[in-house]
Amino acid sequence: MSNKVKLALVLAGLYLLMVVLFVLVGAALWVNMDPQEREATLAILEKRYGLAVFAILVCWLIIGFIVHAVYRAYVLAPLRLREQALVMVNSNPGLRLQVVGAPEIKGLVEVVNELAEQRQSLQRDVEERVREAKASVEAEKNRLAALMSELSQSVVVCNLDGRILLYNNRARLQFQAVDEGIQSSSGRALIGLGRSIFAILDRNLITHALDSIQHGLRRGNAQPVANFVTTSQTDQLIRVQMAPVLGRQWPEPGEGKGKPHLDGYVLILDNITRRFELESQRDQMLQTLTEGSRASLANIRAAVENLLEYRDMETEQRERFVGIIRDEVGAMGRRLDCMMTEFAGALKTRWPLEDMLGVDLIDTTQRRIADKVGIPTKKDEVAEGLWVRVDSFSLLQGLTYLVFRLREQYKICEVGFRLVAAGRLAHFDVIWSGAAVGSQTLTTWETNPMNIGGEASPLTLREVIERHGGEIWFERDEASDRSFFRLLIPVATPQEALDPFALLGRGSRPEYYDFDLFRQTEESRALDDRLLTQLTFTVFDTETTGLQPWAGDEIIQIGATRIVNGRLLRNETFEQLVDPRHPVARESVQIHGITEDLLHGQPTLDKVLPLFHGFCDETVLVGHNVAFDMRFLQMKEEATGVHFRQPVLDTLLLSAVIHPNQESHQLEAIAERLGVHVIGRHTALGDAIVTGEVFLKMIPLLAEQGIHTLREAREAAERTYYARVKY
Amino acid sequence: MGERILIADDEPNIVASLEYLMKREGFEVAVANDGDAALKAVASLRPDLILLDIMLPKKDGFEVCQQIRANPQWQGVKVVMLTAKGRDTEVTKGLALGADAYVTKPFSTKDLIAQVRQLLGLAG
Repeated sequence: MSNKVKLALVLAGLYLLMVVLFVLVGAALWVNMDPQEREATLAILEKRYGLAVFAILVCWLIIGFIVHAVYRAYVLAPLRLREQALVMVNSNPGLRLQVVGAPEIKGLVEVVNELAEQRQSLQRDVEERVREAKASVEAEKNRLAALMSELSQSVVVCNLDGRILLYNNRARLQFQAVDEGIQSSSGRALIGLGRSIFAILDRNLITHALDSIQHGLRRGNAQPVANFVTTSQTDQLIRVQMAPVLGRQWPEPGEGKGKPHLDGYVLILDNITRRFELESQRDQMLQTLTEGSRASLANIRAAVENLLEYRDMETEQRERFVGIIRDEVGAMGRRLDCMMTEFAGALKTRWPLEDMLGVDLIDTTQRRIADKVGIPTKKDEVAEGLWVRVDSFSLLQGLTYLVFRLREQYKICEVGFRLVAAGRLAHFDVIWSGAAVGSQTLTTWETNPMNIGGEASPLTLREVIERHGGEIWFERDEASDRSFFRLLIPVATPQEALDPFALLGRGSRPEYYDFDLFRQTEESRALDDRLLTQLTFTVFDTETTGLQPWAGDEIIQIGATRIVNGRLLRNETFEQLVDPRHPVARESVQIHGITEDLLHGQPTLDKVLPLFHGFCDETVLVGHNVAFDMRFLQMKEEATGVHFRQPVLDTLLLSAVIHPNQESHQLEAIAERLGVHVIGRHTALGDAIVTGEVFLKMIPLLAEQGIHTLREAREAAERTYYARVKY
Repeated sequence: MGERILIADDEPNIVASLEYLMKREGFEVAVANDGDAALKAVASLRPDLILLDIMLPKKDGFEVCQQIRANPQWQGVKVVMLTAKGRDTEVTKGLALGADAYVTKPFSTKDLIAQVRQLLGLAG
């Protein structure tokens, strides 16, 4: 527009200039003429007035065209090219300039296009590299997480503030297992991303271990490690190994060489309670055996030597000494018996045995026998849920060997298996009908190296049995004409049989690590001024007996999940039913489906609130219409002594901030607007998860409105209309 | 002859043998069944030698030995420690606390007599 105005002005100026020049030339000529000439000129002009005006107009037109062409080629074209170039620079590097304008400008355009081409291909290159690097880092992280989750030791990685950046499932289970007092799917969740390790381990111990590692680093030890043993809150003995996580070696200014710089540490935790008990048992047993035996032997020896030395002893005295010998020998025998039964487990030099579910052992045996011996097998009786401690490889060899010999020597063509517990040991029976095996034969089988159809093993069956601290014998049940070998193998102690299903993460890849937490430090934790994208949130929801906290309605379920560094952690959840000691309103049951029967026997709120408070520790609370839930929590503050002082954000209010013109700010409506898929609503945890996802979608929308920090979000929420409606 | 020997042990089966043995060897014998009784007996009887078990009720042998050595009047009392604890750390501790000899159970009665005689400066 303004360009056209400019063009018009330029033209007008030119025309004015021409008029002025024409008038000046005319005036000069006029002055120079004598009167006759003037008359003659006027006479000529008078007749050709129209022609003159016409010529002038044509002149103007031609000049106008020329100016316009020059303008287009030298002014308008660069202007258009500038706009295109700006698009290229800012948003679409794929755009190329049109080849327009004067030849000089066209030349320039070609050069610019060439540059743009180069820039784009460079950019593509860089992006490709970045993508590759990202993918490989991601792959490495995933590999690490997968590896960690397979480890049989508990591993926790922390930054220098003691925040947990990574943990494996074993660690989670270990510290969940110690807190079985309350039946919760989540336990107390002592371990979680961003949580403090000091909830589990004494801060002083960690500091001390870090000091010794720092000391090692200063002395030039490249891989210092610190060990300590501590007790958990439930008196479990935990052995901890600490290794440093070293950052890049940035050279300090003014210093020649960079030093390894401590970024955090890895803790490998091992519950040694049971091992320690076993060891001290063995210790005690050895002591009882040696010292007890020494004393008894001394008594016997002294008595015997007296008897031998002083043959003239009176009868009464003699009998007394004989009595002493009899008593002491008896006592020694009893002591040995007692040792054998009491410390049988501790006595064995143990071949490393592993825990195996009985059914799995039988299944594997069946497969192997079908494969190697080729006769049908069946399960006779298998105790459900029985775990055994076995060296599965050698035991399988032994069993296969037994069945192989049975087929070779006795033409047995079908065997059955039975596995039942008998106290500390399990009976593993290999059963067949008919043929009895002589003890001589079994002894031969036991002591010869095992050889299955040409496949030889250096082991003997006896050695296999001994590895398990077991026994084997032949038995016969005449009534049913059935024979069997009975093997004794040790039963796994329940404590050691960790549920393998619990070890497999539920569903998708677990979110057990977050290395971005490395960058966080304690100082940056003044919550109010921190970015929403960096905060740790506890998103929660409660179900209640009714809607009137002031009239005695109570919480019956709390569900919560966590958001750390912009990720919803579905593995770190809190879900607990609560016995309200108050009837549940029928309308409420229709919403959440929780009947009073379900609540009977659940812990009461005074037990649950401290756990939940622990779960929320040092986080920002988020909920939908959270004022309602907070009201319930605050009603209990006095009774339970648990105060919720955390900052609180409400997704209902935030929705009103983002979409002030929408009618509904109900959770479903918001979820639909923001494209969050709703599943499992109206359980506390289900609602908490939906709320969490909604909240995550809101963070960038809030940022568009210039709301970045917790303080800004809280203040914006407070200004909305809905905030004025109080419960 | 006639040196006094105090047997401090709480096990009647060893006390019976030691008492008989020492009497037959011509010593005067007294018996104490716990640490306190042993110290009292040392005070009242002034034995020449004490056969001291470590595992005694009330006060253990180490403590009794220490108290004997702490009293300047009792320096002449010889202490032979008898114990079922055979660990060298305990032998070291016993000797460090002032025992004159340390005998680990089971022991030969002949050796014990020889040891006692030697400590009392009697001809073997």
